[in-house]
Amino acid sequence: MRLADLKGRNPHEISQAISLSRRNFLRAVTGAGSAVALRGMAASKNRKAVVVTFGGGARDDETFMPDGQENIPHLLHDLMPQATFLTNVVNQGILGHYVATASIATGVYETFNNFAAVSPNNPTVFEYFRKGLKRPATDAWVVAPSNGFARIGESAHKLYGPGLGAGVILPKRLLSAALSSASDGARYQHLLRDNYETPLYAPSLAGRQIELDQMAAVLKLSVDDFASHARNLVSPDELSVYIAKQLMRQLSPSLLWITLHDIDIAHSGTFSLYIDGIKRSDRLCAELWQAIQKDPEYANKTTMFILPDFGRDSDIDSGGNGFQHHRTGDAVSRTTWMMVLGPDVKQNVVVDRRVESIDLIPTLGAYFGFDAPLSTGKPIAEVA
Amino acid sequence: MLPDQLTAGSFRGYPLEAGQLAIKNIELLQRLPLAFLPLLLRELIVYDWKFPTERAELGRQFTYLGSLAAGPFQAAMSAFAQLKLARELEQTDWVNSPAIFSERLTAHLWATHQIDTFRRAAVDYVQKVSASAPDPLLPTHRLGIAVIGQGVAKNDYRLFRKLGGQGVYFTQVKHAGGLQVLLDAVAARAAVHPVPYGHWYIDGGASLAVGEGVTRISYNALSGPRATLQNRMQKTYEAAVFDPEAFRTMLAQIKPEEAGLNSGGDAVLNRFQLSLLTEGSGTQVFSTTFVQWAAREVLRRAQPLTLFARFAPRQRENQMNELLAEHQRKPELDAQGSLIDADMGAYYTWLNQQRLPGEEKSSFLAWFEDHDEAVAIAPTLERGKRSDAPIELADLIARIA
Repeated sequence: MRLADLKGRNPHEISQAISLSRRNFLRAVTGAGSAVALRGMAASKNRKAVVVTFGGGARDDETFMPDGQENIPHLLHDLMPQATFLTNVVNQGILGHYVATASIATGVYETFNNFAAVSPNNPTVFEYFRKGLKRPATDAWVVAPSNGFARIGESAHKLYGPGLGAGVILPKRLLSAALSSASDGARYQHLLRDNYETPLYAPSLAGRQIELDQMAAVLKLSVDDFASHARNLVSPDELSVYIAKQLMRQLSPSLLWITLHDIDIAHSGTFSLYIDGIKRSDRLCAELWQAIQKDPEYANKTTMFILPDFGRDSDIDSGGNGFQHHRTGDAVSRTTWMMVLGPDVKQNVVVDRRVESIDLIPTLGAYFGFDAPLSTGKPIAEVA
Repeated sequence: MLPDQLTAGSFRGYPLEAGQLAIKNIELLQRLPLAFLPLLLRELIVYDWKFPTERAELGRQFTYLGSLAAGPFQAAMSAFAQLKLARELEQTDWVNSPAIFSERLTAHLWATHQIDTFRRAAVDYVQKVSASAPDPLLPTHRLGIAVIGQGVAKNDYRLFRKLGGQGVYFTQVKHAGGLQVLLDAVAARAAVHPVPYGHWYIDGGASLAVGEGVTRISYNALSGPRATLQNRMQKTYEAAVFDPEAFRTMLAQIKPEEAGLNSGGDAVLNRFQLSLLTEGSGTQVFSTTFVQWAAREVLRRAQPLTLFARFAPRQRENQMNELLAEHQRKPELDAQGSLIDADMGAYYTWLNQQRLPGEEKSSFLAWFEDHDEAVAIAPTLERGKRSDAPIELADLIARIA
């Protein structure tokens, strides 16, 4: 299928066509088959989940289409053979990264201003998880890309909210604080870019984000070691994954949520940097999965969910400017995918049916055994 | 305020020609729904600085809307009229600040899940306007030229992967004096078909000389205005408190002379160049983005007969403070990354050209500067073909110009 072939179709037809196109490509590359049986596993106390979202959607053109294949070798060849792949994940909400990530985390399409420093209105997965399963604060963490995500860990909902959410680590914020006492801050500047969509916007911080002095205690990582390691990293997402691995080593949280963001450099209009971001995300996902397999606290009891928060504008919609933004709300920008890997997940399987990105939280609820009563999504039976 | 409360005095703050046009059509404007009218006014308020094709397009909308009897008029506007708007939107000064209203309307439509309904209504409206009157006949077919890869000696990236399927991929292009050959072809078309703003040359670096009748803009020539804007952006970026709405408003309201664009020259062109820097994302700091966005906007707004877009190396990715300080230091360049940007930019330029009337006769050339590779697209050329036969660039452009 070519994008040009989508002209004139309605959004539902387009998302189906995108789904089938992904399926055909995956079948050709990996020999993936269909999901023929639904899963129905008992929730386990020892289970863990790692959720990786791409804040900054990557289009099929640059990933699952033939020309994009070279950009995602790890997703295709290392992870896909072990995964169930959902080809038709639709985001019906606001296509801004913070509000969309908050929508995924609450299972409700949130409607707040994407650039406001506010908590989600509905309870987050972290609150459902901790309250429902009586888990301690150290068991749920978020590693988020920019200051705007400071309040993603817990909602403003009166029945949940403060004290019941996840700890939020903003690695760039930490690095920035670490550098305030260092003399060579310029060497780290490449890691500190905050927000690509509105690059000049840096919201005031509010929320339960961890501060520098806490980092040393929680992660058992000295400020010097942190800054020293950061110097060798090439991007903010590498910094996020580095912190996530530290969290896994030191605290082994059962629910770890990481939002990657490098791809969103696309907003600058530089196609090559957007491609670099996709390649880096591809590599980092594989690194995370390897880290899970090597860590006895995680190996064989962890399910990893990988999904972009949404897509990007298609080349054919004249209202947009192709890969650069996600402003048109067209079907291509709303339709994305999800890859799920874990010991209880069927391997090398493709699921074509339409699901929504808000279905993730009820799915995690079924997986862990907690309720998400205010979520409007539905559990994805094939991976729950 | 609601549309039916409009009076001639409402447009006192409009530029001369825009105000006259608004007053001439005031009875029509009073009948339009609030979810639609400010979007029309956003175009109207800058009428004095619009290109001829844009003025004609706006005229076509007024003619179309004015020709509708009561029933069809209501039907044409019903989808917009049925959108549920917040009361604050009515209180916005949508007459004098329609762009701000438009931003707030967009946010409201997203938040209330009405954006898809609005999109469908807008697409339907545009189609009806287009169908209401035939497109004017063009004096000649359109020609687009994209020159990519300046400064790249060796390349491993597979170029023209999207454009190749649309035309013939030439692998043995003899290109001595290639840039001048192409500029001469542009100038020749401008001389034969002297249309105001009908022939354009956009350069991502310093522009070369080109014949009369060709409108010329370049990233380097805008270094002064870019520095002014970058300074303002830098200050905003470093401020303790940042209000994104106020920032966008500041950018929207900045005047060409404040940015250092000489208002004594071509006011329409000055406004257009300013819009590239204040409305584009990344155009202030990356020259490849500047060329791609400028080409898009030239095609969308001026609908030229000829467009020559030459990409140049952009500065390497850096932290925002460093990118904005471009004018204070000599930035490190990323020639290979710029080639990849430009390859996609060339494809988008062709796509945008194909969105214009007369697309079935349009032609396009993308050339890897100082190299043997090019793709030519024209009705007379087969699609998806490869030619390894030697060909002079002059002959190639002559075949499609």
